[in-house]
Amino acid sequence: MSNLLSIVTFLPAIAALILAIFLRGEDAAGQRNAKWVALIATTLTFLVSLFILTGFDSGNTGFQFVEERDWLMGLKYKMGVDGVSVLFVLLTTFMMPLTIAASWGVETRVKEYMIAFLLLETLMLGVFMALDLVLFYLFFEAGLIPMFLIIGIWGGANRIYASFKFFLYTFLGSVLMLVAMVAMYADAGTTDIPTLMAHDFASETFSILGVQIIGGMQTLMFIAFFASFAVKMPMWPVHTWLPDAHVQAPTAGSVVLAAILLKMGGYGFLRFSLPMFPVGSDVMTPLVLWMSAIAIVYTSLVALVQEDMKKLIAYSSVAHMGYVTMGIFAMNQQGVDGAIFQMISHGFISGALFLCVGVIYDRMHTREIDAYGGLVNRMPAYAMLFMLFTMANVGLPGTSGFVGEFLTLMGIFQVNTWVALVATSGVILSAAYALYLYRRVVMGDLIKESLKAITDMTAREKWIFAPLVVMTLLLGVYPSLVTDVTGPSVEALIADHNTALAAADRLGDPQVAAASH
Amino acid sequence: MSADLNTILPEILLSVFAMLALVGAVYTGKDKLAPMLTWVTAAVMALLALWIASTGEGTTPAFGGMFVDDAFARFAKVTLLVSAAAVLVMGQEYMERRGILRFEYPVLVALSAVGMMVMVSAGDLMTLYMGLELQSLALYVVASLRRDSVRSTEAGLKYFVLGALSSGMLLYGASLVYGFTGTTLFSGIIAASGEGPAPLGLLLGVVFMLAGLAFKVSAVPFHMWTPDVYEGAPTPITAFFATAPKVAAMGMFARVMYDAFGGIAGDWQQIVALLSVLSMFLGAIAAIGQTNIKRLMAYSSIAHMGYALIGLASGTEQGVSAMLTYLAIYVTMNVGTFAFILSMQRDGEPVTDIASLNLYARAEPARALAMLVLLFSLAGVPPMLGFFAKLGVWQAGVAAELVWLVALSAVASAIGAYYYLRIVFFMYFGAEGAQVDSGKSPVLWALLMGSAAVMVLGIVNLFGVDGMAQAAAASLVN
Repeated sequence: MSNLLSIVTFLPAIAALILAIFLRGEDAAGQRNAKWVALIATTLTFLVSLFILTGFDSGNTGFQFVEERDWLMGLKYKMGVDGVSVLFVLLTTFMMPLTIAASWGVETRVKEYMIAFLLLETLMLGVFMALDLVLFYLFFEAGLIPMFLIIGIWGGANRIYASFKFFLYTFLGSVLMLVAMVAMYADAGTTDIPTLMAHDFASETFSILGVQIIGGMQTLMFIAFFASFAVKMPMWPVHTWLPDAHVQAPTAGSVVLAAILLKMGGYGFLRFSLPMFPVGSDVMTPLVLWMSAIAIVYTSLVALVQEDMKKLIAYSSVAHMGYVTMGIFAMNQQGVDGAIFQMISHGFISGALFLCVGVIYDRMHTREIDAYGGLVNRMPAYAMLFMLFTMANVGLPGTSGFVGEFLTLMGIFQVNTWVALVATSGVILSAAYALYLYRRVVMGDLIKESLKAITDMTAREKWIFAPLVVMTLLLGVYPSLVTDVTGPSVEALIADHNTALAAADRLGDPQVAAASH
Repeated sequence: MSADLNTILPEILLSVFAMLALVGAVYTGKDKLAPMLTWVTAAVMALLALWIASTGEGTTPAFGGMFVDDAFARFAKVTLLVSAAAVLVMGQEYMERRGILRFEYPVLVALSAVGMMVMVSAGDLMTLYMGLELQSLALYVVASLRRDSVRSTEAGLKYFVLGALSSGMLLYGASLVYGFTGTTLFSGIIAASGEGPAPLGLLLGVVFMLAGLAFKVSAVPFHMWTPDVYEGAPTPITAFFATAPKVAAMGMFARVMYDAFGGIAGDWQQIVALLSVLSMFLGAIAAIGQTNIKRLMAYSSIAHMGYALIGLASGTEQGVSAMLTYLAIYVTMNVGTFAFILSMQRDGEPVTDIASLNLYARAEPARALAMLVLLFSLAGVPPMLGFFAKLGVWQAGVAAELVWLVALSAVASAIGAYYYLRIVFFMYFGAEGAQVDSGKSPVLWALLMGSAAVMVLGIVNLFGVDGMAQAAAASLVN
C-alpha cells in the first residue's frame, strides 16, 4: 500500500463524483440514497485510515507513508504524515461519519449537501498530509469553497453575511501566506516541505522605510503565515468571523468547522512557522502569547453574556484555541504536546457540544437560551450527555479537556509566569459560562408551554454520541494514547528549533534559556 | 523571396480566405450564407492553429527581419486563433436569432485575426503598426455591428475615437524612437539603444509607445473605453474583445518591450509595474458595484491584464513564460464565462443583469456548477487553473524582486474575489424572483462545460501549456 494516503484522501472525492454523476432525483428515495452513499464512503474512509495508525511507527520522527510524483510547473505531488499530523488525519476521518449521520434530517438539496461534505473531507485530509507548499495551499484554500456553499445554502437566516465574511476574511489571510510561500520558493528553490524545514532563511535584521525588522526575512514571512493561521485558528482580535459562521452554519457545518477546520491553524504553526522560521517565531513569541492570554480571558467573558447557544460555544472555542497557541509558542515538550492534545480533544468536545445544540434545535428550531429550561424533566438521556460534554469543556479531570489545558498551562508556566497566571483564570471563567449555560437550558422546572411535548434523543442520535463519549473519557484517563504518538516528533521539532536559535545566537534570550532546561 | 512568403503563409492563407469569402458572399447569397460562413471561418482558423502548432520550428526572420516567426509568435497565434474560432462558433446562433448575423462578421473577424497574427510576429515598428491597424479597424466596425442600436454605435464610435488617439500616441512614440535610433527594425533599435541608460528622447518615445500599448490591453489609466464598449457591443462581440485581441495586444506588448527595448528594461519595468498595480486595484474595486455582468467582465478583464503585466514587469524569461500561461488560461476561462452569459435569456431576450441569476442553481444545477468553477477560477482560488496562472506570475515577480508588487496584487485579488462571489451568491443563495432560462444551444453548453472541465482537470499537468510557454518565452528573451 504505497499510496495509502492518496487513497484515504481521495476516497470521499470519488464518492462525491459517484453521487454527482449517477444519483438522480430529489424524491425521498434519492435523498436516502445520497445519505447512505455519503455515510458508507466516510465510514470506509475511516476504516482505511486506521491502517495509517497501525502502520505508523511513532519512534520515527521523519515523514512516513511518503508518496512523491512529478506535477505541473516543476512542483511535486508529495504526501506524508509524521507524529504531528497523523492524529489530525484520524480526527478528520473519525468525525466525518458522525457529521454525516448528524445531517440525517436535512431535506433540501440533499445530494449537493453530501457532495459538499465529501469534497470538504478530501480537502481537509489533504491539508494534513501535503508535503509540498503549493499542494498544501491548494487543499487549504480549496476547502473554503465547499464551506462557503455549506454556510450559504443550508445556513440560517443571516447566512449570506456570514458566508461572505468567512470567505473573504480567510482568503485575504491566505493570499498573504501565498506571497510568503512564493518568496520561500524564490529563496530556497524548492517547495518541498521537509527540505524547507531544514533550510535556513535569512534572519539578519534590516530596515524597510526606516522601520527596523528584527529577525529580517524570517519575521516578515512569519507575519505573512501568521495572517493566515491566526485567522483560521481563530485568534483574538481576528476571531469575529467565527461566531457568525458558527451561528449561521447548519449543525454539521458547525461540527466540521469547530472540530477540524479550526485545527488547520494550529497545525500550520507546527508545520511551518516554528520549524521554518525559528528566529521569526522567537521574535514574535511574546506578542502571540499575550494575544492568546487576552483571547482566553476576553472571549470567555464575551461567552458569559451570549443569548445564543451556538454563539456561546463558538466563543468558548476561541478561548480554547487560545490555550493551543499558548502551548505551541511555549515551545517546550509539555506545551506543544498539550497543544496537540488540546486540539484533538477540542475536536471531540466542541463537535459533541454543537451536536447537542443540534439535537434540541432540530426539535424547537431556535438557539435562544431563553427558549429552553428544565429539559432534564423530559430528556434525561440528553441531560446526561450534555452534562458530560459541558464538564469536558470546562476541563474536569477524567475528561480529555483537562489534560490539554493542564499540559499547556504547565508548558507556559515554565516560560512566562504572567501569561500563565492570566490564562489560568480562563479555567474558572470557562466553568462559569459552561455551567451557566447548562443551568439555564437543562435544569429547573419545565415551565415553558412549547417544551411540554419535547421528546428525548432517538437511537440514531444516541449512537452518534457514543463514539464521542468513549473518546472523551478514554483520552481523559489514558492520555498517553495521544502523547506517545506525538511525543517523539514534538521532541525532534523542539530540538531543531533550539538548535536553529542557538545558531542564530538568540539563546541568550532568558525566555528561550528557560524553555530549553 | 519565396522563403519569406513561406514564412507568412498562414497570414496569406487567412487573408485570401477572407477576401474570397467576401467576394463570394456578395455575389451569391449575402446574409443567407452567413451562418455557414461563420462555421467555415472558425474551421479555417482552427485548422490554421493546428497547422501552426504542429509544423512551426525554430526562429525564422522574413523580409529582412521585419517579420519574425518564432515559438513566441506561434504560441500567441495558436491561442488567439483557437479563441477567435471558439467565439465565432459561440455567437452564431445568438446573432442569427437577433438578426445581426451579417456575412461581414466572420470576414471582419478573420481580417482582424490576420492583423493580430502580424502584431505578434512583428520585427519592425512599421509591421507592428500595420498589424495593429488592420486589427483595430476591423474591430471598430464589428463593435458597431448592430447599426440600429444607439448603444452599439456609441460603443463603436467611442472605441474608434479613443483607439485612433492611442494609435496616434503609439505612432508619435515610434517616430521619436526612430529619430533617436535611426531605424525602425527592432534588432537595430536594441543595438542602438545599448545597455546603459537610454537617452531622454528615446525614453520619451518608449513612454508614448507604452501609453499606446497600454490602451490596447486596457491597462489603467488607459482603460476608460473598456466597460462602455463591452456593455454596448452585442455579447458575442464582447466575448471576442475579451479574448483574442487581448492575447494579441499582450503578445505585441511583450514583443516590443523585449525585442526592441530589452536592453533598457530597467527604464520601463517600473512603468509596467505601475500600470499593473493600478489595473489590478481599479479592476477589483470598480467591479464591486456593477449590476451588469458584461460591465463586470470588463473590469474583470482589466484586473486580469494587471496580473498578466506582472509577468511582463519582471523582465525575465520566467516572467514572459508566466504571462503566456496566464493568457492561455485567462482566454479559456473567458470563453466559458461568455458562453454562459450568451445563454442567459428571458423569453428569448438576452439578459445581462446579475440579479436575474437568482437561484439559477436550482433550475440548472449543471450549468451553475460549471459557472461556479469558472468564477472561482477567475478569482484565483485553488484547485482551479486560475490559481496556477496567478501563482506563475507571482513566482516570476518575486524572483525579479518585485515583492511589493506581488504583495499588493495579493491584496487586490482578495478584494476581487468579492464580486465573483457575488455572482455565486445570486446563483446559489439568492432570493426567489423572475428566473432566467438558458437556451438550448448545444454549442454554448459544450463550450461552458468544456472550459470548466479544463479548469479542474488542468491541475494534473496543465495540458503541457507551461512547457510550451517556456519554449515560447525562451525564443523571445535571449
